[in-house]
Amino acid sequence: MTLKVGDKHEQVVIENVNRTHIVKYAGASGDFNPLHHDDTKAKDLAGYPSVFAHGMLSMGLTGRMLTDWLGATALKKYGVRFTRQVWPGDTLTAKGEVTDVKEEGGKQLATIKVVTVNQNGESVVEGEAVAEV
Amino acid sequence: MADSFEFPVDRTQVMLFARSVLDINPAFVEPDSPEAKANGGLVTPPTFVQSSAHYQPDYPLDLTRPRKDAPAAARSGGGGGGLGRGLHAEQHYEYHHPIHPGDVLTVTTKPGERWEKEGRRGGKLMFSESITEYTNQDGVLCVTARSIGVQTGRAVDQ
Repeated sequence: MTLKVGDKHEQVVIENVNRTHIVKYAGASGDFNPLHHDDTKAKDLAGYPSVFAHGMLSMGLTGRMLTDWLGATALKKYGVRFTRQVWPGDTLTAKGEVTDVKEEGGKQLATIKVVTVNQNGESVVEGEAVAEV
Repeated sequence: MADSFEFPVDRTQVMLFARSVLDINPAFVEPDSPEAKANGGLVTPPTFVQSSAHYQPDYPLDLTRPRKDAPAAARSGGGGGGLGRGLHAEQHYEYHHPIHPGDVLTVTTKPGERWEKEGRRGGKLMFSESITEYTNQDGVLCVTARSIGVQTGRAVDQ
């Protein structure tokens, strides 16, 4: 594929996050921090209103937008900051935009700005990826 | 100081992880698909190496894991999140070589920098970084991960 600066892709990566989604991620990733599956502990231990999703679930969901768009093995780098927690009921849309394209050894290296937003348009993950396409 | 452990990558774990991030790309879960064949067999989702936690002997975020030794006290920080006030602030990956089911990765983690910052919402914030390398059975470095965890003075306001 050929990319140019300004190319965009966006994808709804999860609708109406529920506790089953979160628990499934806990089981698959091995991260059994009770803040993500035990409402009582989330409230009493740390003062949160309820459980919330693992940041890495948001990053993993966002990764799907990148690999669906660019290919399963295109990524050279992928990094994010977790900007906001994701709560049960949230719907996330992952967005990518090409900000730079370089030619290197006959291949294109594209830098992609990544942001995933919730249903209120607030970012939950912000970062950057570099893909060889 | 670096700790290391072995992480055998199997197809079922890749399938479970792919489902958990709602990403059933045939390249990850269908070995006979053109997408998998184009990559020399199944490959793994971009954040799959997180599931190496299952094999990390002293992994702090699974207090119910059966262990031969008495369970270590829950620890926090050291990159990634933590129980209680610890949160995962950032995660960065560099991909050097694909990971395939059947690989046996050696996972080596070393601590990175530590720093403090006054937060806008959570009081004093203490950041700590860890760097993890995932190297396959042929000695090829597949993924380098940099994780930044933050300890907050109180629950993060929403």
